[in-house]
Amino acid sequence: MSPFNLAAINFVWLPILPLVVVTVAAMAVLLAGVRVDDSESEGLGLLTLASLAVAFVFTLGILGQYGVAFAGAISVDSFSAFFELVILIAAMFTVMMSLDYAAENRIPGAEYYSLLLFSVLGMMLMAAAGDLIVIFLGLETMSITVYVLAGIMRRNAKSNEAAIKYFLLGAFSTGFLLYGIALVYGATGTIKLGPIHDALASGAMGSNPLLLAGIGMMVIGFGFKVAAVPFHMWAPDVYEGAPTPVTAFMAVGVKLAAFAAFIRVFMVDFASVGAHWQTVLWVIAALTMTGGNLIAVVQTNIKRMLAYSAIAHAGYLLLGMAAGVRSGPAILYYLLGYTFTNLGAFSVVIALERRGEAGNQISDFRGLAARQPLLAGAMAIFLLSLTGVPPMAGFVGKFYIFSEALHQGYVGLVIIAVLNSVVSAYYYFYVLVAMYMQEGGVEVERLSARPALVAAVGLAALATILIGVYPQPYIASAANAFHSASGAEGSHSAALEP
Amino acid sequence: MTTWYPVAVTLLVAGVIVGVMCTINMLIGPKRPGAIKSEAFECGNPPSGSAWGRFSVRFYLTAILFLIFDVEVIFLYPWAVELRYLGMFGFVEALIFIAILCVGLLYAWQRGALDWD
Repeated sequence: MSPFNLAAINFVWLPILPLVVVTVAAMAVLLAGVRVDDSESEGLGLLTLASLAVAFVFTLGILGQYGVAFAGAISVDSFSAFFELVILIAAMFTVMMSLDYAAENRIPGAEYYSLLLFSVLGMMLMAAAGDLIVIFLGLETMSITVYVLAGIMRRNAKSNEAAIKYFLLGAFSTGFLLYGIALVYGATGTIKLGPIHDALASGAMGSNPLLLAGIGMMVIGFGFKVAAVPFHMWAPDVYEGAPTPVTAFMAVGVKLAAFAAFIRVFMVDFASVGAHWQTVLWVIAALTMTGGNLIAVVQTNIKRMLAYSAIAHAGYLLLGMAAGVRSGPAILYYLLGYTFTNLGAFSVVIALERRGEAGNQISDFRGLAARQPLLAGAMAIFLLSLTGVPPMAGFVGKFYIFSEALHQGYVGLVIIAVLNSVVSAYYYFYVLVAMYMQEGGVEVERLSARPALVAAVGLAALATILIGVYPQPYIASAANAFHSASGAEGSHSAALEP
Repeated sequence: MTTWYPVAVTLLVAGVIVGVMCTINMLIGPKRPGAIKSEAFECGNPPSGSAWGRFSVRFYLTAILFLIFDVEVIFLYPWAVELRYLGMFGFVEALIFIAILCVGLLYAWQRGALDWD
């Protein structure tokens, strides 16, 4: 081992600098907030927001770099940078939604914001992972903190129920993933993604039963995390019971991180054995789209409706994965649009919410357009984007994913997806009808006193339109990110290490 | 297959020896059960009370704190053994590790987890 070499260490540490920033910030917030009263946690929230912004700037520095760090444990490429940036954006939106919500609901600020940061750390680690163990490590860091976040309103029975359900099912699914990782390791003899890619691409594996069982287990493990049917049972109850900003964070952040690892492992490293898992994902995608959309139709609670809608959107993304490598950029672009749209929709839900559950029913949205035209207009943008109406981001994303799948001959799956989009229009438009054509509902209180929440709604609405109207740069960066992952795996010998 | 032959023989011999000894003991061993002999074995201490008794919920904090520092020491032993080999890099890494754990201790302390009443 060489003596302490500062230059070399800087070079290796650069890729994980954003992770270090988030870790240090999480510990700082935890210590700074010990003496802060639960109703005055805004300062901690602003500190969290600032540190996430710093991590964002450092992550921009990784863009364009290639290779692996820490003996292959960390992949340095635009794919990890892309996902880290989107995850950080999602986290910043979550903090903006939480500032007043946490203080009003007496959520312990130090624990809340530091757990949020630790969870972001786990998500970024999943996006940047270079071997299966790091993926697992990131997944656990993310999941355990989100279990606690779901139950952070200790006096709320529903919040407790959400936490315990999420914990039990999540722990169970983690077991599947870990077993899958162990079997893949047994078949290929390595946990590093690059060597696994090479071992499978050489064709020597064939249809090794150990490998196939491992891939199947990993599909189940990731399927749980992205809430794909039939592994979705936990999602509606957990989304409904968790504090609404945490629900938004789960619906977007957890999904982003899980898809980041899912896409990297399956569409890049397992790509050469795609024949074995693409059929499985075909079936799961069809079930997920259909199940999510059909059950969403009968929901009366907006959080449950958005939970089933999130399941349905996971289905569209899985459609892209089932259709093969060419859909990669489309999936990344779709995730970007989905992030802003969903975060915006949850921000509006928070605006209507008051202590406890009031404001969470779809009937509470009645007459919103007359009382709060701007808020209703923003919600309309998000709902239209979720439906897939041009010119919103959701339309371009769906169009892109469906057309790539068509090019690759998945006509049946695309027909199912388009029919599902029609079904989804029913329940999204139901909220629109309630807002614009009915009367009643709840008053929105203190909107002017919640600038961060208003900013979150506004920024999300702007981004949803911008990404939809002018998608080229985002499609280009999504394509660049996806291809950098496939490219880096091929040339993983180009290590950053000294 | 032949390489596993010694293992099979070992298993067989072990099973036979244990079986024979238990059978002999059962057949010719004296049996004089008493009140003290029938007690649950508790490391030599006389048992007091029921195992279902209630105890303070505070013990769970103590257990968690114990866990933190127990794990710390588990990681520090191998590091201490290989200190020379790992050099300055390993030293700094161990310091970072301890610092992170100290944040946990500091937090627990500030939150009052170390006060018994």
